[in-house]
This record gives sequence, C-alpha cells and structure tokens, in this order.
Amino acid sequence: MSETERGRFGLGRLRAALTRTRDALGGRIAEILGGGPVGEERLEALEEVLIAGDVGVAAAMRLVEAVRTARPGGADEARRSLVAAVAQAMGPARPLARADAGPTVWVMVGVNGAGKTTTAGKLAAQAVRDGNRVLLAAADTFRAAAADQLALWAQRSGAGIVRGAPGGDPAAVAFDAARAATARGVDVLIVDTAGRLQTKEPLMAELGKVMRVIGRELPGAPHERLLVLDATVGQNALSQARVFGEAAGVTGVVLAKMDSTARGGAALAVRTDLGLPVRLVGTGEGIDDLGPFDPEDYAEALVGAI
Amino acid sequence: MFESLSQRLQGVFGRLRGHGVLRAEDVDQALREVRIALLEADVELGVVKAFVARVRERAVGEDVLASLTPAQTVIKIVHDELVRLLGGETAGLRYGDAPAAVVLVGLQGSGKTTAAGKLAHLMQRQGRHPLLVAADLVRPAAVEQLRLTGERVGVPVLMPVPGETAVAVARRAREEARRLGRDTFIVDTAGRLQIDDALMDEAAAVVGAVSAAEVLLVVDAMTGQESVRVARGFGGRVALTGIVLTKMDGDARGGAALSLREATGLPVKLVGTGERPDALEPFHPDRMASRILGMGDVLTLIERTQAVVDQDAARALQEKAMKDGLDLEDFLGTLRQVRRMGPLDNLLGMLPGMGALKAARNVEVDEKDIGRLEAIVSSMTPEERRRPEILDASRRRRVARGSGTQVQDVNRLLRQFEGMQRMMREVGGLSRRMRRAGAALPPGMPPLPGGLPGAGLNLPGLPGAPPAGAAAEGGGPVRRPHGPKRKKRR
Repeated sequence: MSETERGRFGLGRLRAALTRTRDALGGRIAEILGGGPVGEERLEALEEVLIAGDVGVAAAMRLVEAVRTARPGGADEARRSLVAAVAQAMGPARPLARADAGPTVWVMVGVNGAGKTTTAGKLAAQAVRDGNRVLLAAADTFRAAAADQLALWAQRSGAGIVRGAPGGDPAAVAFDAARAATARGVDVLIVDTAGRLQTKEPLMAELGKVMRVIGRELPGAPHERLLVLDATVGQNALSQARVFGEAAGVTGVVLAKMDSTARGGAALAVRTDLGLPVRLVGTGEGIDDLGPFDPEDYAEALVGAI
Repeated sequence: MFESLSQRLQGVFGRLRGHGVLRAEDVDQALREVRIALLEADVELGVVKAFVARVRERAVGEDVLASLTPAQTVIKIVHDELVRLLGGETAGLRYGDAPAAVVLVGLQGSGKTTAAGKLAHLMQRQGRHPLLVAADLVRPAAVEQLRLTGERVGVPVLMPVPGETAVAVARRAREEARRLGRDTFIVDTAGRLQIDDALMDEAAAVVGAVSAAEVLLVVDAMTGQESVRVARGFGGRVALTGIVLTKMDGDARGGAALSLREATGLPVKLVGTGERPDALEPFHPDRMASRILGMGDVLTLIERTQAVVDQDAARALQEKAMKDGLDLEDFLGTLRQVRRMGPLDNLLGMLPGMGALKAARNVEVDEKDIGRLEAIVSSMTPEERRRPEILDASRRRRVARGSGTQVQDVNRLLRQFEGMQRMMREVGGLSRRMRRAGAALPPGMPPLPGGLPGAGLNLPGLPGAPPAGAAAEGGGPVRRPHGPKRKKRR
C-alpha cells in the first residue's frame, strides 16, 4: 500500500472503528488504575485486560513483566509503557509485495468464515482504484455459491474473474487464472481459496499444491500468501498460523472484523512466536473497509481507554 | 477438541496425586495451574475466576485435606464443577406448535448458513419436514448458497423477492411453511455485530415476525475471550434459547463451550463437527466433562458406530468373525466404516484413558491410504487375504510389485491390520470390564457399550446382542431416529 493509499483508506476509518471497540470496553483501565504509584494489584489488573483481549496468558505475563521492571511512576506511565511494548512487538506493516515483472499474485488462505472472500473483494477494489488491471480467481470450488459470491465482488470492484466448475480442482482454477493473468496483461491477480481447518491434512496439502501450481506458471508468485484471521479468534490463531505457515508459506496476516468488540490480541503471539506480521486490517463488510495495519492504533485499542 | 486442556488438567492431577498429604498451598498451586490451563483454552476470564474460586472454597476445607485421598477428592470437585460449567443435562430443541420456527443468529462467519442446512438434514432424519428461509440479504450470494444447500439435503427453500427486507421474508415464512405443508422452518439470517444497533433491531424484528420457538446463537468454537460478551450482547436484544457451537472438528481449545452456559445461562444444544450435512450432533455436557478429564466418551463412539453400521452387513460380518475370524477384506470394510465415523484421532479421544491407547495412534489412516490399501489387498490371493499370517517376505514382495507399492507399504498395512484388531479387542475388553464394573462408572456412561463390527462384540440391536429392550433399560442407546429430547441419563 502506498502512502496515499494509507491516507485515503486507513487512518480515519480505522480509528473510528477502533474507537467503537474502546468505548465498548467502557474505559476499564480508567477505573482499574487510579492515580499514584502502580502497585502489584494494578499490574495484575493490566495483565487481565490483556488476557481478556486474547493475548494469551504467557504473552500477557511477559508484557506486564516488562512494565513492572521499568517501574512506572503512575497509572498513565504504566499504560503508555504497555502500549509502547505492544506496538513495538507488532512492528510496522510494509506494503504488499509486487512482482518485478508480470502479474503480481496475492493468495488468501484461512479457516472457514475468517473473511477471505470479502477481503479479496476489498483488495481488488483498492487495486483497481490505484489504476491496476485486476483479476480475481475463485479457487474455492467447494463451498456452495462461493464463486458467485466472489463474482459479485468482481462486479463491485471492477475486477475480472476466473472461475471453475463447482467441485473441481482448485489448483486448476489457479492455473487458469495465472495463464489468463499473463494473457490479459493483468497487473494484480488475487486468488480466493476455500476455508479449511488446519487440522485437515489433505486440505492443507491441497493448498500447498495451489501455491506450487501458481509458482510454476508465474515464477516468484505468489508474492503474498495472506492468512486471514478473524479478530475474535482465541488461542487457536497460533495453531492456524503455524500449520498454514508450513503448508502454504504464509507471508502475513490480515486481521479481519476488527470493527467487532474483539481486539485481535491473538495476532500478538502470532507475531512474536512465529514472526508473522499483520499487514492489513478489515473493519467491516463494506468495500472500503480495509486498511494497512498500524501498530500504534492496534496497541491503543488492545490496552484500552484511560 | 479438548485434548490440550485435557492433557494439562491430567498433568495437574497427576502432580496432585503425587503429594500424599495435601496442604492448602499444594491445592493453591494446583489451582493456579488450572487457571492457566483454562485461560489458555479460551475460557472467559470471569468464568475462570468464578470457577477457581468455587473449587478453592470446596477444596481447601479441613475435612477434604485431612481425608484419606485428598487429591482424589479435589479432582472430583474439579470434575463436578466442570460438569456444572458445561450445563449438566443435555438440552434438546423444543418445537411447540407447527409450523415451528427456528432462527439462527450470530456474528459474520460463525457458520449459520452451513448449520441451517445441517439442521434441516437432522430434522428430516427425525421425521420432520422443514423449510429453509433465506433471510441473509447482506452477504453476497448468501441466498444462492442456502438455495444450493437446500437442494443438496432435499429441503425446500423460501427465497426473498427482489427488494424485500429480511423482516418481510420472515413475515412470509410461516404462511409459506403452511402452504407447503412443512412443520418447521429454519431462518438463516445475516451475520451481525452485537454492537450494531440497527442490525440488532432487525434481528429482534425477524425473531418477532416468526414467533420463534427456538432462537439459536451460532458461535464459532475457536472464539476467544469475546464469546461471553457477544452472547450477552445478542441475548440482551433477542430472547435466545440456546447455542450452536460450530467448527468443533478443529483443534481449538473449546473455551467458548465452557464459558457460555455459565455466563449466560444458555445451553449449548448442538455442535457442528464438519462440513457434511450430517455433521451436527446434540451437545452432551456430561460426556464433554468426561472427555476433558480423560474419562472418554464411549456413548458418542457407540452412536457414531450405530449411525454408520449397515445392519445386514454387520450381521454377516459378525457371523463370519465368529466362524472364520477377521480377514483383510473385512479389515478394509471396517476401515471404510470407521473412516465414516470421523477422524480416528477423534474416535480415540472418546475412549477412556486415552493416554493408555496412545500406542494405537500409530494407526494413521487417511483417504489416500484407503486407495493404496485396496490395491495391496487386491494383489493378494484369496488365501492370503483369509490367512494373512502366510505372507512371508517373497509373497510380500510380489504383492508390492502387483500393487505398485513398496514392501514397506505392505508391511505397514499388515501392522495396521494387527493394530486395528488389537484396538477392537481393547474396546471389547473394555466393554466387558465396564459391564462387570457396572456401578463404578462416571455419570453418563451406560453399563452396556458396544463396539466395532467384526470384533465379535455385542452391539444392542445386532444379532447375538441383548435385545433392544434390555439395552434401553441399561441406558444404552438403541438405533432409532433421534428425537429432540433425550432420555434422562441414569
């Protein structure tokens, strides 16, 4: 995403969505942390706020320990210290990778219901707005009407679409799409895949095959393999990221549905334990509801209002 | 699905047992570990704190610590509290007057549309005649998805007319159900956030428009700490009657299942265990508690067996097993049936003392293997299939060549075959031991469990087994269309 993209789509809308989250929390931090030096009880309360945000016990303890050793002078300082620690752990988002020559390929992967198709549609719309010729590939050949769903996004966004027969081989659709991308001089090819639980080995193997087929047709592709994570997911996010990472070579995470009351804390462990950064944040079902990940915004929302 | 939590808790208990004399500090330490285990299993923080507090109050008492087996008592307290957390009794769907309306609500992506299809399929198996109602007008092609789903399970679908609102479709549903002679209708709605006022108002309007008998909140089993907030949010705007937990076939820790009943008073009525139309089961809290504590879930195992076993084929197989013993052809047939019962790991998880059977986990079977196994068995002579013990090195080489596999594959097949026989014998032995033990069983377990076909076991309803009446008396499930209400567990 370019700087202009960030400005146009990102900050304002993102902040508004995240503010909803914060307000919904009712400013818990404020009531927990009054003024004065920060005691153990208050640090534990901070830990609980993080746990309630799906950060996980280990990560919450680690983060609060860092604040504890820094010996903050008051509630404000403790909070700021925590926000900084979270933001630093997450790190900044870099723009999505592009091909040096030929079509750029981005593939969406993830478990059922995470938000892959909607994200693909939003991404296509942005790419089209940036002046790219965009193609969507409906490589979810399993779910009833999945291709129809993506086709509607193609219509909305101004992208083309390649689809296959229902129940057909997803790798075949990917292959056709890669071919078509070259033939039609497409700038960006976005591939939507079927939702799958990471515990299903044959399905993970199928995903690996889709990636390989794309890579054989377009060397260097796919340039991004994005794991779409539902912001409401709990500790299972780690298992998802690990297994999808191994099977599909995931390059980054899209945190979807961040307009909910969930704060996407599970993405923290995915970042620190597996090194997978969050690249994009989804904040609704509308075509514009996608922006680049901002670690400060994320950290503020996670730690909560004061 | 609760393997991780189960292992953690069993670890805590193992350490507790190792103490002999128990001091309050030992219990505190154990409870700290239980707290972490529950949090890491996505159990909601408030629920965890209340749970630990209740256990501590009961456990750190004079008579508990001074008793002969304090660790065992503490473990029993945890088990009882877990059962209470999960909701005690199984809750079925209540329909009321026909046509009865069931409305599905929930967050985006929770699995409502898939669940609607499965529910329709389940109702049909129960002898009902459902109608599906497509009231998700937000998600692109959601209506089309439901239409195709309805087609797949053979259930009619009420489609919206262009320009209609969700509430308008809902209003038409009851009349349409009557017109088509359907006794139930299932309304699929759009995913929505509990904090979206406009959409929550709409949900309430839809529920009102159909005079719903059941309003089920569909929750993804991998939901983290937000599960309770979401359920309370929905519950505050519509009168929810229960919960459907979806995607339970993954490896999510399942904390939502443990949190929701306690925090909202709503029973988990159904669980989704896959993407096939039949992958929807009633939720049994007592069995779930047993599974978490490593005590197995033989009841579900039996039910899955019964759902899959073809009576005539099983009868023939059983006669053959008793006369000739199990051969490789039978093995193949059994493998296919076992496969239809669900992932082998899940099945093993239902057997008590899962840890003891870990050796059998080397029996790894998936779809590709079945094809290979078929090829290998086909390359054998009838004599070799009947008496696999005659397969020496040179025969195995021939079989490998003939089936286009390696000798290692043939060896593995024969090892798996032996492993499968051992496992079935284990289940058979278990069932005989449990029958003898009778009264010593954890709650919810029948004194008469069955087993896998071909193992010469007594499955209620099959020849050579006690008659169906006796099985019902003993609490064992009998093959019948599942009614919405289950018999009370003895």
